[in-house]
Amino acid sequence: MIIAKKKPIDEIIESLKGDATIFIVGCGECATVTQTGGEKEVAEMKAALEKAGKTVVGVDIVAANCQELDLKRVLRQHGRVTEEVDAFLVLSCGAGVQSVRADTEKRVVPGTDSLFLGNVKRAGVYEEKCSLCGQCVLDDYGAICPVARCAKGLLNGPCGGTNHGKCEVDPDRDCAWVLIHEQLKKEGRAEKLTRIHPPMDWSASAHPGRVGPAKEEAAVKKP
Amino acid sequence: MSGYREACQSGRFVVSGEIGPPKGTNVAKMLHHIDLLRDKVDALNVTDNQSSVMRLGSLAVSHEIVSRGGDAIFQLTCRDRNRLALQSDLLSAAFLGIGTVLCLTGDHPRVGDHKEAKAVYDFDSVHLIQCCRKLNEGHDWAGNELDGPTDLFIGGVVTPEADPLEPQLYKFAKKVEAGAQFFQTQAVYDMDRFQHFVGRAREIAGGADVKIMAGLVVLTSLGMAQYMNRAVPGILVPDALLREMASVPKAEAFAKGTEICARHIRFLKENRICDGVHIMAIGREEVLPEILAMAGLG
Repeated sequence: MIIAKKKPIDEIIESLKGDATIFIVGCGECATVTQTGGEKEVAEMKAALEKAGKTVVGVDIVAANCQELDLKRVLRQHGRVTEEVDAFLVLSCGAGVQSVRADTEKRVVPGTDSLFLGNVKRAGVYEEKCSLCGQCVLDDYGAICPVARCAKGLLNGPCGGTNHGKCEVDPDRDCAWVLIHEQLKKEGRAEKLTRIHPPMDWSASAHPGRVGPAKEEAAVKKP
Repeated sequence: MSGYREACQSGRFVVSGEIGPPKGTNVAKMLHHIDLLRDKVDALNVTDNQSSVMRLGSLAVSHEIVSRGGDAIFQLTCRDRNRLALQSDLLSAAFLGIGTVLCLTGDHPRVGDHKEAKAVYDFDSVHLIQCCRKLNEGHDWAGNELDGPTDLFIGGVVTPEADPLEPQLYKFAKKVEAGAQFFQTQAVYDMDRFQHFVGRAREIAGGADVKIMAGLVVLTSLGMAQYMNRAVPGILVPDALLREMASVPKAEAFAKGTEICARHIRFLKENRICDGVHIMAIGREEVLPEILAMAGLG
């Protein structure tokens, strides 16, 4: 789940300065769960923009904004409205915002700040446990990721800031290394604690990531 | 080339002090401390953006100490540099005649004065130690041959009062395996517990020739001691020392702190608990000669 938070309304209105007609796109996936771009938030945003003097010419919620083909299909259903609008306001993660970008030449404005790939503990409580590093090391750490869950991403043990089992950077958070240590001990795999782990290969998660052929190549292959 | 290395290898009790570079270009006080201490200690550590507070660089100040006839321990953290920059700075250190490096993880930017900074940590301190050894062997991290190797004396740090201690000991073992030749500890105040720690560390190090230097931070007041207990991870000032600090008027607290520090040095040396001490007077370095004299090392 992509965890996001709402941008302040003043910031959104500032971004939409000069744009009279707006189309709001929400997302039925992550942004609905995190209550940043579901039906309720889209309706609230519509009201807030109208209060600020904007004309909201249309709204829709795509099943998942990151599915570019779905998004294209949904927007097409709105016909000329989407062709004549001044700007799109997208209430979803940055990937969803850029799905809209790929489908229009109009102004596209984000309404949320995307935070991280998160686990949902319960409504409103999310934790980052995976940072998409491109080379899963969980087997070496009792399935507790130091790359994502240690504030420094340390691979060979705790820093000097571990404080009675808590992290110096955020005293409310358990030190990932204390958790890893306890887990590996429980599993009887102390050898995992003593082996020096090499540094990460950051080329494995270098941006921009891509799987599959480049767009140009795909186009060439078309009959 | 490295006076600190020779001192460590001589088998005598080794003493280092610490220089904290200023935030700015006014170096008068720092140069005064360097000139005051360079002949009184075996080397001076130079902190690297200590506590994640942006300051004059450790490489430049380490070079200044060496050019003034002292010996420097170049502190290098993984916080601000990726593996290219770390190695380049190590080659620069070698070029500038700096023979000793202390490899640290580095405090997180969040605790410093540029909280929005990107934390790097491309390497951790174990990798940095491994990397120093590779450079000494004539290769960079990627395996490319160097046109001229380094000859660095490689140090690491360890926190004897870490809670929990066991993961800290695993990391210590990795640092020894990676190639650390000496260790400076986080500040210690309980000499019995420290003696016990050194025993465990020596067991872990096995036959490796690893020097262990006790880190000593001079207590300046009762409040400072209480603050460290409350706020600084891995530091424990025992009740007996708190009572001792409380037993004197405020105006004499610093003198009491220096007396305690000297007493600990003498104890560690006379009982051969460890190979030396690293004394941190945090901004009041002029007191160091007096402490060493009181400890019988002046």
